[in-house]
Amino acid sequence: MYGFLLRRLFQALIVIVGVILIVFILSQLIPGGECKAVLGPKATLTNCVHFNKLNGFNQPLLQQFGSYLKGLIWPFWNPNLGYSYKFNEGVTQVISQRLPKTLVLVGTSTAISLLIAIPLGILQVVRRNHPSDYALTGLSFVLYAMPPFLLGTLLIIWFSFDLGWLPVSPPSQASAWAVFTDPRAFILPVVTLCAITVASFSRYMRSSMMDTLAEDYIRTARAKGASQRRVLYGHALRNALIPILTLIGLSIPAIVSGAVITETVFNYPGMGQLTVYAAGNSDIPLVLGTTLVATVATVIGSLVADILYAVADPRIRFGSL
Amino acid sequence: MSDISGVHEDPAFGTDPQQTPVALGFEAVTPNEMVPPEAPAEGGEATSSGGIGIQILRVFVENKLAVAGAIVVVFMVLFCFVGPFLYHTDQANQQALLQNPNSVINGGPAAGRPLGTDGTGFDILGRLMYGGQTSLIVGFASAAVATIVGVAYGALSGFFGGWLDSVLMRIVDVLLSIPVIFLLIALVTVFEHVTASLLIGVIAFVSWLIPARLIRGETLSLRTREYVQAVRVVGGSRRRIVGRHIIPNAVGTIVVFATFQVADSILLLAALGYLGFGVPAPLTDWGTMLSNGADAAGNGWWWQIYPAGICIVLVVVAFNFIGDALRDALEVRLQRR
Repeated sequence: MYGFLLRRLFQALIVIVGVILIVFILSQLIPGGECKAVLGPKATLTNCVHFNKLNGFNQPLLQQFGSYLKGLIWPFWNPNLGYSYKFNEGVTQVISQRLPKTLVLVGTSTAISLLIAIPLGILQVVRRNHPSDYALTGLSFVLYAMPPFLLGTLLIIWFSFDLGWLPVSPPSQASAWAVFTDPRAFILPVVTLCAITVASFSRYMRSSMMDTLAEDYIRTARAKGASQRRVLYGHALRNALIPILTLIGLSIPAIVSGAVITETVFNYPGMGQLTVYAAGNSDIPLVLGTTLVATVATVIGSLVADILYAVADPRIRFGSL
Repeated sequence: MSDISGVHEDPAFGTDPQQTPVALGFEAVTPNEMVPPEAPAEGGEATSSGGIGIQILRVFVENKLAVAGAIVVVFMVLFCFVGPFLYHTDQANQQALLQNPNSVINGGPAAGRPLGTDGTGFDILGRLMYGGQTSLIVGFASAAVATIVGVAYGALSGFFGGWLDSVLMRIVDVLLSIPVIFLLIALVTVFEHVTASLLIGVIAFVSWLIPARLIRGETLSLRTREYVQAVRVVGGSRRRIVGRHIIPNAVGTIVVFATFQVADSILLLAALGYLGFGVPAPLTDWGTMLSNGADAAGNGWWWQIYPAGICIVLVVVAFNFIGDALRDALEVRLQRR
């Protein structure tokens, strides 16, 4: 197992270095350089030369990348992601206020969608080819085809404006935990984000369960006289759950992308909304900073999912895979 | 009728045992390498054969959802590109609209404006056609670019293998690990001036990674096949092997991917439009229209939200149905040929 984990760790490290390189390349592609982006399109040449000298942008590219990398690695608890010109604050500081809110949104909705999707998938297997199976597959297809920005907008119209049951957006105060002062405001964003994943999770659970039910050991269990309930929950369920771990790892980029849209729709003060706001105001260091943070979080999330997979699956835990 | 729930670009949908064709061979083979026992020499030079084409068409037509999808797509293309010739509206000159005493801002449906007007006074029905042109063109073009680039890249990587393959695939890994929306927003921000062609390029840039992986896998399995080795023995050049033997035999995978990608590209464009990074006014696309409507969602102006939303969902679902059916049809080609 340790070989597998080491290789996986090394792979994640390469990806993170690659992403840092890409973000650096993107920052070099800005037309007119960072100077024009910060000082405005009318900045004179003298201003730009001075600005570049001040920020070290006149050094060779390799050297710039070196100091960029060094700033990211040390101190690692406070990496230097650049300076946000819109907020007049370090990018790291701006992001650290928003990141917890996004993590809460993403974590809650992933947990809830698993709680819905796993029983749903089992139900679909138990009731295979019943009308309820078709109804659920149909429903999950509709949810899948519905883009989150449309679903979110419709939910706001129906539940906030027409029925007046739920607030449109959470209270936005400076404190990171102000979001939780009104839990009802949390419902619609979570539902929207869940809709993205419930469909694919339950679908995957259904097929994973059916794969497991076709295994020899299930037939043995049935031959020994185990009841349907015992076969499903005692024998099949735990093995069918293992592939779901991989799926969660694979879905993290999609969930994070969905969070950007959901946060924008509901004006939820997380990192996604921050990115959209920064992009709308051409605050390029901030956009690149959130991109880097989101990607590193995604890579770590997938890594954790893979490690859990290795721990959960005895074939990997004891094998030489 | 095929299983309506299959949407197959998502990794979660790939492993449904119901959709995996039953292996026909005597030996245990994975579906990917499945060759029917009596198959005539597989591969060879790619030639067009009417028989297979008709067979594929027949399987496709049997699938009612796919036919419905095809009808929707044809209708939408006609609606967006021919519609403006039949239903004349001014979609460019805001100034003229403001000076026209008959024009209404945020007007509800009425005679002469079946779907009302938007916040600038543009007619919504006309605007749907106008914005649909952008959405469809960007969708088709970026899917085409992504497929071509991805196929070339994947075939190259899989065929040459070795260290080149490792390096090329690590690049794909890195790009794939960046959440799509972040990559799109970063690219759009860096390039500042948003145009339709920039959007095509940007969406293609985030979409070519999956076909590159798919085709690389396909190439890895195809290049060890006997007929490819036979070509090599006879002295066929590498270019010939990749261009005339490997890519044509992966064409099923390519076509199916491209179909799903059109839907995904339209969705990505709509998402960008919703976030405010669509084409600038007076141009528009369905996502931007939806975004403008959603800004005033509290006013109850439904005609600014539902039509654009319905257009997006209809087209996306239609392409997914077509992709599903094509996948089934091309699998059948493999089975029954």
